Amino acid sequence: MKTIIGFAVAAIAFGLLALAPFYLDAYGIGLLIGMTGYVTLASAWGLFSGRTGYVSLATVAFFGIGAYAVAALNETLPYPVILLVAAGIGLVVALIVGLATLRLAGVYFVIFTFGLAELIRQLVTWFETTVTGTLGRYIFLPLGPEHIYWQLLALCAVTLLITWWVDRSRLGMALRVIADDEVVASHIGIDIARTKIALFVISAVLITLVGAIQAPRWTYVEPAIVFNPTVSFLTLIMALLGGAARLWGPALGAIPLFILFEWLSANFPNHYSILLGLLFIVIVFLLPRGVVGLLERLRAPSAPLDQAAGTSAPAQGKAASQEVRG
Amino acid sequence: MTPLVSLRGLTRRFGGLTAVNGLSFDIVEGEVVGLLGPNGSGKTTALNMISGALKPSAGEISLRGEAIGGLSPHRVARKGVARTFQLVRILPSLTVIDNVVAALAFRSAPLWGDAARAEAEALLARVGLAGRGHEAAVQLTYIDQKRVELARALATKPSLLLLDEWLAGLNPTELRTGIDLIGSLRDGGMTILLVEHVMDAVRALCGRCIVMNAGTRIADGETGAVLKDPEVIRAYLGTDHA
Repeated sequence: MKTIIGFAVAAIAFGLLALAPFYLDAYGIGLLIGMTGYVTLASAWGLFSGRTGYVSLATVAFFGIGAYAVAALNETLPYPVILLVAAGIGLVVALIVGLATLRLAGVYFVIFTFGLAELIRQLVTWFETTVTGTLGRYIFLPLGPEHIYWQLLALCAVTLLITWWVDRSRLGMALRVIADDEVVASHIGIDIARTKIALFVISAVLITLVGAIQAPRWTYVEPAIVFNPTVSFLTLIMALLGGAARLWGPALGAIPLFILFEWLSANFPNHYSILLGLLFIVIVFLLPRGVVGLLERLRAPSAPLDQAAGTSAPAQGKAASQEVRG
Repeated sequence: MTPLVSLRGLTRRFGGLTAVNGLSFDIVEGEVVGLLGPNGSGKTTALNMISGALKPSAGEISLRGEAIGGLSPHRVARKGVARTFQLVRILPSLTVIDNVVAALAFRSAPLWGDAARAEAEALLARVGLAGRGHEAAVQLTYIDQKRVELARALATKPSLLLLDEWLAGLNPTELRTGIDLIGSLRDGGMTILLVEHVMDAVRALCGRCIVMNAGTRIADGETGAVLKDPEVIRAYLGTDHA
């Protein structure tokens, strides 16, 4: 029953959001595109990093791959096919990266993913300057801002649906066991590497699609624009602030922070980066308590109380306490 | 009759140290075998190799004739080897029942949803935790956490159960309960290899014992006879007492 009500409320909310372009000017739609993009990025990030504890800074690597795929192919293939190709490239890269890195733990994984984003950016730059002889590309697609917005909104809904499904599936159970104790996980038959890679790939494909769908907004694309590491940091901070392991957590972090960043860049265009840096420091400064609090709550006896109702909602029970702290 | 599990020349080296050296034995279905020996004699290392936690440096392990030595733990688990741990390992953020459901969900014939919950309830009742599935696993007493661990191991539907000092640290009353519980598994036909220091439990549960010292097998036979073996006594107590 709770599930049905939740679905109904979400459906109404998404329905109303889908109507928004009819009542907003171009600036308003632009804001919604940015916000929906970050809600989707943060949710997709939380799907992997929030549930495995592997902090990824590769967000912009996949985001940029998606955007660049559209930039490279927009004159040769029909748009839906381009999206599929972009998703396919994201999937292959995620598989390779996943197989190569999931043995890395903790900070090594963070550094690797950060390096990966930079590596891909440099590779694209090198390819464009030496092979194709251009650095920038133009995207001419007959898509209005409202079309981009609707696609992003649909992707956002799909991301949340996938997250909801994962939390209730055997995959979600595997993740919770792995997060608790990898030794136990492997001894009850859980293939740890496959579980993590599966989730990393799902998350990466969603992130790739955000980049691909948003790409036509730019018209002109170059590596420095679409592989901007700020995207990775913003996504991370949004998801952490809201509660990365909870279904709605990343969205709850992304919306206020996005509005704040917009306001900062509109009102303090010259000091935006400084203020952003300060804000990061403040959040990170406050988060250790928050994150540690979350982790303690995860393991705290009170957490499973919410789960008593049934296995249908354990992840929520576990994450609900996170959100309180987040 | 083919043995259920068979070890041949099993060896594990850690750098210059040979923790297990050419260990060989068979266990037939339905046997409850005690694996004994002083601290550092290689019992847990042997158990870790059987369960896949450690890869053997040399030698073979087979389960029903199929080689399982060197497979990763999740593959070994799905082939029917379950274990408990020397220091009890429950899944702290999960409820008691989810600790068991987790194991049901990933065995070779997985259960999920209502079927898994029903089966988990039955397994909890089997280990003496009927109706306590909703409790937080971390809040249970030590022996109840051990029960959860046992129920979780049983949930994988093992053909071989490895118990690593499952009875250690229990008070006399709990020990009695624990011995009865494992005895009931034995009576149900479960094949068990148990590493144990509690001699009362070994005498009560194991028809046969294997004794290790310094990585090798020094005795193997009927429990009463093995425990009187002078070499075994020497290994445990030192030369002066033999």
